[in-house]
Amino acid sequence: MTTSDTAVLPGDPHVGVPDKQGTASDAERLDRAMHSFLRDFGANNAVYLESCVHCGQCAEACQYYVQTGDPKYTPIWKIEPFKQAYKREMGPLSPIYRLLGLKKRVTAAELAEWQELIYDSCTMCGRCTLVCPMGIDIASLVGSVRHGMEAAGLVPHDLKVTMDRAKTEGSPLGATPKVLKERLAWMADEHQVEIPLDLDKADILVTISSIEIMKYPQSIAALAKVMRHVKASWTFRSDGYEATNFGMLGGDRVGQRQATMKLIEAAIKVGAKVVILPECGHAYQALRWQGANVYGKPLPFKVLNISEYLAEKIAEGKLHLKTDTRSVTFHDPCQVARRGGAIAAPREVLHALGVDLREMKDTGAFNWCCGGGGGVVTIKRADPLRYRVFQIKMRQVDDTGAELLVSTCSNCRQTFDDGQAHFHWDKAAHSLLELVADNLAERS
Amino acid sequence: MGGGTLLDFARGPGMEWALAILVFGIVWRLVGIFTLKRPKDLAEPRAGASAIGAMWVIISRTWPHKEFRERVLHWEVVSYLFHGGYAVAILGYAPHILLIRALIGISWPGLPGGVIAFAAGISGVALIALLMHRLNSPVLRKISNFDDYFSWLVAFMPLPTGLMAYYHLGGNYEWMLGFHMLTGEILLAWLPFGKIMHTILFAFSRGTTGLAYSRKGAPL
Repeated sequence: MTTSDTAVLPGDPHVGVPDKQGTASDAERLDRAMHSFLRDFGANNAVYLESCVHCGQCAEACQYYVQTGDPKYTPIWKIEPFKQAYKREMGPLSPIYRLLGLKKRVTAAELAEWQELIYDSCTMCGRCTLVCPMGIDIASLVGSVRHGMEAAGLVPHDLKVTMDRAKTEGSPLGATPKVLKERLAWMADEHQVEIPLDLDKADILVTISSIEIMKYPQSIAALAKVMRHVKASWTFRSDGYEATNFGMLGGDRVGQRQATMKLIEAAIKVGAKVVILPECGHAYQALRWQGANVYGKPLPFKVLNISEYLAEKIAEGKLHLKTDTRSVTFHDPCQVARRGGAIAAPREVLHALGVDLREMKDTGAFNWCCGGGGGVVTIKRADPLRYRVFQIKMRQVDDTGAELLVSTCSNCRQTFDDGQAHFHWDKAAHSLLELVADNLAERS
Repeated sequence: MGGGTLLDFARGPGMEWALAILVFGIVWRLVGIFTLKRPKDLAEPRAGASAIGAMWVIISRTWPHKEFRERVLHWEVVSYLFHGGYAVAILGYAPHILLIRALIGISWPGLPGGVIAFAAGISGVALIALLMHRLNSPVLRKISNFDDYFSWLVAFMPLPTGLMAYYHLGGNYEWMLGFHMLTGEILLAWLPFGKIMHTILFAFSRGTTGLAYSRKGAPL
């Protein structure tokens, strides 16, 4: 990458300063990354890497390129070392490339250089997948590159610390089982609602995000009120409550498996027929769509995002809501909507609430990311760039003229809160679950 | 090499070698891709997910979603002018149809020569515009490599040579026709080894994502 290609943003101290974990030599780091890459060179990734025609359209869908105009943020360029390694080492034409020296070996220096592109400036939102004429799912390729980067010890420190904390304490934000119990007791007391914990048997295992436990504990009470309203048999489990999966976000296969298996084992232990995932985008991706693949067989229970559960109960006539006449716009979390398919459910809930729903210009699967996904919100050095892309979101929301901004992701919510504080913006993101809990009608 | 000799080579061993390399190369590349492991997706598909829905993506992705048109449609249109003109010139020109009939036994009515020349001209101009775009766009300059430029050259050459042969320009007709055929054969032989392979891979790539997203019930 040449100097002219590097857009140094005002106040951006990090460009060209990759973080490294451990004391491994460059050769060792490269070796570990290559082993990881080889593991991920399956047929799906191969067909993607073989099909790119270098049309550059993916840049036009990417918030980082759109906001900066810097070509290094072109999504397919972000996975260049992975592509180069595939073509040289594994692709059907690799013998020719090696024989004629047409593809150079990826170097440790290149991997380090790409750290910023693979972590700081990609939320794995998948918007580029929707524009690619070849249909290449670039976000999934970024996930594979992150596996290699993690193996090589080339993760931004801020994210790595969060991943390690999740692995050692069971929560990325220090929401240990002890903290969970305290928070549940506090919310039960303050809101006068029963919050079952560690029941031996229940039809539903409810999970939660650390962000909710630590920053938005009122969502716990909101959930309990809804579950009481629908007369559900449910429980939290202190041995399987954390829905976030920072292992998956950072590229740590072991960490991802550990977090996923905790939930699966807890659900099996209580005989849950349903696991409800909280307002957390990537949690949906981790358990609903990747959980069975981590487990190695189909999950013996159904997995629902909380918005899907609410919509289901409304459809069954078990959830009765008062009318809220305010105007609302809805922010679709990328991993729930675009990459998760749960687009209709939150709208069905909003419809049942009777709000004046004002969709953003690009909405549903085409929604712009808040900029905090993929672990980016944890990377302090990426803040200047994150604020820059957040401005797209601000424009989108402001253009609707809606009174209320609602979403179903606590990670998005904290990104909105941070953006609101940074820009002194007059909008705040609200939780769909809390909106529902505030509008529960008396049961007849 | 004289015109007759070049034409004989192009009609004989040149064509045979090009076709052999084309078939072998395509099979080699597809086998190399699809023999790699493909773990089964064990996640329970969303109710209503269908393979037919997934396959629809192979067709629907031919045109950009309205959300992206403002930023990408103009170059997509230029690209389709190239592709469309190319297809008309290859599949509509009577001598090409005769060649195809000789190779695989099927044929169809051809189009008037003037239409073919117009289509080839449009295609060539569009290709030149696309090259200019690649050279001028910072994004395309960054992501382009040897394959992009070589494949452009290989795709472009049959157009002017074909037009020159058709209009009897460039001196000896037999030589120009032989040269045109040779450029076509280079195109066939190169197809499996560069980005022009997307003529086949696009369906697999779109279909792979289509299947994955269809299971999730996520629109593509």
